[in-house]
Amino acid sequence: MRRGPSWFNVTSITLGFAFLYIPIIILVIYSFNESKLVTVWAGFSTKWYVSMLSNQSLLDAAWVTVRIALLTATLATILGTLAALTLVRYGRFHGRTLFSGMVYAPLVMPDVITGLSLLLLFVAIGFDRGFWTVVIAHVTFTMCFVTVVVQSRLVTFDMSLEEAALDLGATPAKTFFAVTLPLILPGVVAGWMLAFTLSLDDLVIASFTTGPGATTLPMKIYSQVRLGVTPEINAVCTVLIAIVTTGVLIASIVTKRREVERQRAERLAIQG
Amino acid sequence: MAVTDTQPTPPPGIAAPAALAKRGRLRWLVVAIPYVWMLLLFLVPFFIVVKISFSTTAIALPPYTPVFDLSGGLSGIWDSVKEFTFDNYVFLTEDSLYWRSYLTSLRIAFVSTVLILIVAYPIAYGMARARKEWRPSLLMLVILPFWTSFLIRVYAWIGILKQEGLLNQFLLWLGVIDKPLVIMSTDWAVYIGIVYSYLPFMILPLYAALEKMDETLLEAAADLGCPPIQAFWKITFPLSLPGVVAGCFLVFIPVVGEFVIPDLLGGSNTIMIGRTLWNEFFNNRDWPVASAVAVILLLILVIPIVYFQNQQQKEAEKAR
Repeated sequence: MRRGPSWFNVTSITLGFAFLYIPIIILVIYSFNESKLVTVWAGFSTKWYVSMLSNQSLLDAAWVTVRIALLTATLATILGTLAALTLVRYGRFHGRTLFSGMVYAPLVMPDVITGLSLLLLFVAIGFDRGFWTVVIAHVTFTMCFVTVVVQSRLVTFDMSLEEAALDLGATPAKTFFAVTLPLILPGVVAGWMLAFTLSLDDLVIASFTTGPGATTLPMKIYSQVRLGVTPEINAVCTVLIAIVTTGVLIASIVTKRREVERQRAERLAIQG
Repeated sequence: MAVTDTQPTPPPGIAAPAALAKRGRLRWLVVAIPYVWMLLLFLVPFFIVVKISFSTTAIALPPYTPVFDLSGGLSGIWDSVKEFTFDNYVFLTEDSLYWRSYLTSLRIAFVSTVLILIVAYPIAYGMARARKEWRPSLLMLVILPFWTSFLIRVYAWIGILKQEGLLNQFLLWLGVIDKPLVIMSTDWAVYIGIVYSYLPFMILPLYAALEKMDETLLEAAADLGCPPIQAFWKITFPLSLPGVVAGCFLVFIPVVGEFVIPDLLGGSNTIMIGRTLWNEFFNNRDWPVASAVAVILLLILVIPIVYFQNQQQKEAEKAR
């Protein structure tokens, strides 16, 4: 039997990762291009980063986007975690099928439909469109991603820990914050980050639901790309990639370290 | 809750097992908050879309009639309902743009799903058979591009696929071609963009299914004289089928309604339905027709979506 890496497996992984990463690497390299063309290399320069930093409307859009993403991620994590608890813990209850349907459908629902339907809702109830409508729309489509991530963590959860806390007289709320939450925290953090990046990334739903004064960064990038490709956009994209990558790497290292520590503590506890 | 059934009743004053999930008011709140949110902001909007798809365009704010006026009471609503019309749907069947958009979307989604499956399978397979200590890092490497913006990843391909882009420069330099290929603004560019953007959605479920597989089955097959290729089709592939199905749905359904990729990479011929809906809404400002387009799109997708939900639910139950 084949053990370890075979020729075929190594090739497919290498080609696959090359395909996934080369476009991003090229994008980053050309953000340092001296020339205005993104396809002809004319020497190293950081001038596009300077011009990006002096582009006030771009910076405003970035700030709006980050605020929306922070609010979205926090609200979506709270709602998504509650939904995950409901799905994993509550067995059968009236309307469960509808509930799980509403949780899973947004995972695959095309953005244009979600965006249009939410916009029509806001118009129908006469809600002024702008910053808050984008936040509400983003919470709606990101919370199901949080639910799925937290759910996968909850199903491996040892219920007897919770029972022990309750038997020892902790209130359900206290049990949740002292026992359940710390144990499912990696899932909750991953869910928060997923919601944050999905919100940061969204063009279609934000375009439908936004109003005056709330232009997000993807909308700004999109309208610039339609006018033509410039290294300045590459610079913006590079900064975004750098931020997200750093965040994801730090989070994964921290959670991994915590996990290892927790396992060691558990082993010590068992050995007594 | 299987746990509660097997336990004896606890003495009064001590919380029942799994009481966290059983306490009245708290339990009620945990369910109600996300439930109400999704009802109001996910389900109700669809009914509004359906309602507006039966309305008529008007030069007003909002740009359609009738507008429900609740102050008129039931008879007022009934008067509005009488104004409903099927004109928008009739219009969709009359203009070939719309049904062509639906067909193009379904074709592109189908072809891309098959392409993604072909590209993703060897990668997922290689990852699942890699050394155990490498697997988390490989997984991380697949997920990482998924975290970086979708828009950015599509944008990255413009510089590569353009007439004077890097791919053509490279191929010309190699001498494989002697005049630049036209890829940008064709269906090919759209396929490349979709395969690239949706690849992780296929790799992850495939990897999950392949990693769980019991490798001794393959050893047994080899011992019994089964050639590796036959063993793959008889054992590995059938066992990975849940991953294949999940991946195909995760890719196919959103791609049918995809807007960004056909808009940025496709040409004027690549009219996918998401783009048509967008134009109808933002350029023609015809909200009722845009709603009718959305309703039909939803009707096309409702069967795969319901099937996908059932699969997800089954997987969740199994994991418990």
